[in-house]
Amino acid sequence: MTNRERDAQDEPFVIGRLRHLGRLTLNVFGKLGRGAFFLFWTLLGSREVLTRPGLLIVQLHSVGVLSVLLIAISGLFVGMVLALQGYTVLSDYGAEQTLGYMVAASLVRELGPVVSALLFAGRAGSALAAEIGLMKATEQLSGMEMMAVDPIKRIIAPRFFAGFLSMPLLAALFSTVGIIGGYLIGVDMLGVDEGAFWSRMQAGIDFDEDIVNGVIKSVVFGFVVTWIALFEGYDAVATAEGVSRATTRTVVHSAFAILALDFVLTALMFGDF
Amino acid sequence: MRPTKTVELLVGLFVAAGVLALFFLAMRASNLAEFGGGEGYRLIARFENSGGLKIRSPVTIAGVRVGRVRSISIDNETFQSVVEMVINHSTITLPADTSASIYTEGLLGEQFVSLEPGGEEEYLKDGDEIELTQSAIVLEELIGQFLFSKAEETPDD
Amino acid sequence: MKEACGRESLVAIRDLTFFRESRMIFDGVSLDIPVGKITAIMGPSGTGKTTLLRLIGGQLRPDGGSVSVDGQIVHALRSHQLYSLRKRIGMLFQSGALLTDLDVFENVAFPLREHTRLPESLIRSLVLMKLQAVGLRGARHLMPSELSGGMARRVALARAIALDPMMIMYDEPFAGQDPISLGVLVQLIRNLNEALGLTSIIVSHDVHETASIADYIYVISQGKVVGHGTPDAIIRSDSEWVQQFFKGLPDGPVHFHYPAREYAEDLYAS
Repeated sequence: MTNRERDAQDEPFVIGRLRHLGRLTLNVFGKLGRGAFFLFWTLLGSREVLTRPGLLIVQLHSVGVLSVLLIAISGLFVGMVLALQGYTVLSDYGAEQTLGYMVAASLVRELGPVVSALLFAGRAGSALAAEIGLMKATEQLSGMEMMAVDPIKRIIAPRFFAGFLSMPLLAALFSTVGIIGGYLIGVDMLGVDEGAFWSRMQAGIDFDEDIVNGVIKSVVFGFVVTWIALFEGYDAVATAEGVSRATTRTVVHSAFAILALDFVLTALMFGDF
Repeated sequence: MRPTKTVELLVGLFVAAGVLALFFLAMRASNLAEFGGGEGYRLIARFENSGGLKIRSPVTIAGVRVGRVRSISIDNETFQSVVEMVINHSTITLPADTSASIYTEGLLGEQFVSLEPGGEEEYLKDGDEIELTQSAIVLEELIGQFLFSKAEETPDD
Repeated sequence: MKEACGRESLVAIRDLTFFRESRMIFDGVSLDIPVGKITAIMGPSGTGKTTLLRLIGGQLRPDGGSVSVDGQIVHALRSHQLYSLRKRIGMLFQSGALLTDLDVFENVAFPLREHTRLPESLIRSLVLMKLQAVGLRGARHLMPSELSGGMARRVALARAIALDPMMIMYDEPFAGQDPISLGVLVQLIRNLNEALGLTSIIVSHDVHETASIADYIYVISQGKVVGHGTPDAIIRSDSEWVQQFFKGLPDGPVHFHYPAREYAEDLYAS
């Protein structure tokens, strides 16, 4: 039997659990440390992205353009549902005419950045993690190193910037399409006054407080989600199972990170501190 | 790896669409269009009771928004509410005897500051104080007054 | 790009020790790779032959001893020096390690595009020449997923010689190949070594093929060099390890049975 099995036989249950906890903690910290180093090297290696924009453009296409359809359709439906649900609640207070403001505020402040980030993590994040993980498993990354090409500069950095730049654009698209969807349902179907729809919205949505904060949120989300996706792929165990687990972890960790950061950012931006 | 012409075109469209969306949100969905930009000037007004006035509440003249409330604080000595507002409509200048009142939009809506320009020749500058103020109407006091006056009207038996 | 400074050994390894997670992989290994020759490093699976290549290429650092290539100690190099060195070494991975989103032409062109500023026309000529050398010039527009294992390896070989290196390292080039592919590869390795004046290191456990082209062989087992010499000398060696390995004997110094309890004990344990 292995050393580990032999040890496990002899020691009391509590000690075993404690050792397990210790191992877990060390693993978590190790991973966090590797992740931090990974980010550091990626940022350092970004100069090349500027001198070779072709790499960035290819990644913008793969990460951004191919996500647009998903984002737009989701945004449309979310906007329409917001209008439907919102109308019901607002009419209790005789405030249906503020529907435009309500839909826009919900989207621009919260749903736009958050939902589009979650969708992005699911579609683009998992794809990035799988791609990098697969390159690791088939020794392409190693091969590149032996050919004196730094995979961080050549493969990782362009993808990082593509994700980071795409996210705010996608969030803006989501919110815009959502507002249009809300307009279609609210004005065309539910009979909210068109003038009131837009004027209440324009009066209520503040550029600095709402739009800019929403953009800041989506930039932060883009940074974090892309970092998680690329790191999980880079750190994956170099087998098929390892890649599959890395992909799953990307989506799960991204979701946690987005929602937790959203709370923190919302408290900072919209709380009264 | 050089991107193909199609890829470049699509990425260009994507970025353009994203930027347009941001413009749409900024221009059509927010209040950015209302202000031509440029910093405004600050004015102070003291009220006995600023009621439900909040930061970012509108400041209007004749119903047109010309600024916002920047801060509301308390004067430790007179225990009055000190409301600081920013007037950032580009061309408005206010005579020194302008008055400021706190009204409610509709019956139960948000409260705002309404300015009524006076007739003096001197104009208010950045940092000046508006002397004439009228406090917010507190609903409970209104009802109390009403009941009181009603009670007075009723003849004693 | 192949200046190898007229040294006897291009690669000199002295007293190399290396651990991986508390397992000892190398225990005081010393060997020399002579210039211009084909040297084979052989041994049973799992002895860390690929690890040795990584140590030579600087992807891993030794825990003890030294590895030097062309007079430079690899693990003492700073990163841009290391990259310079790597440009002069070509490596053929077991799986080929072609970039899956590029076609054959682009894969071979990759090192040229990354490391040189040659004009397109010159790159095209060079790539076609390299592909011609491995016999795959007509396949240049195929994608890696459309290639057979043997063809992928040949493309990887064309890529490895793209920058005219001074040395090529082959990691298990013969593993899993059909007889014809084997024959092609064996001949290619030999011819390229002669024609381009290369130094070749072949890591393999395919006894017959490797012995047919190697000028010198090192046999490594359990972290030590257990035999070395020309193919003729090795085959006649009286080391038990070498005999077991070369004859393919199932039991010998490398035991058949994985360490376990006494058979009777195990069967009757409750």
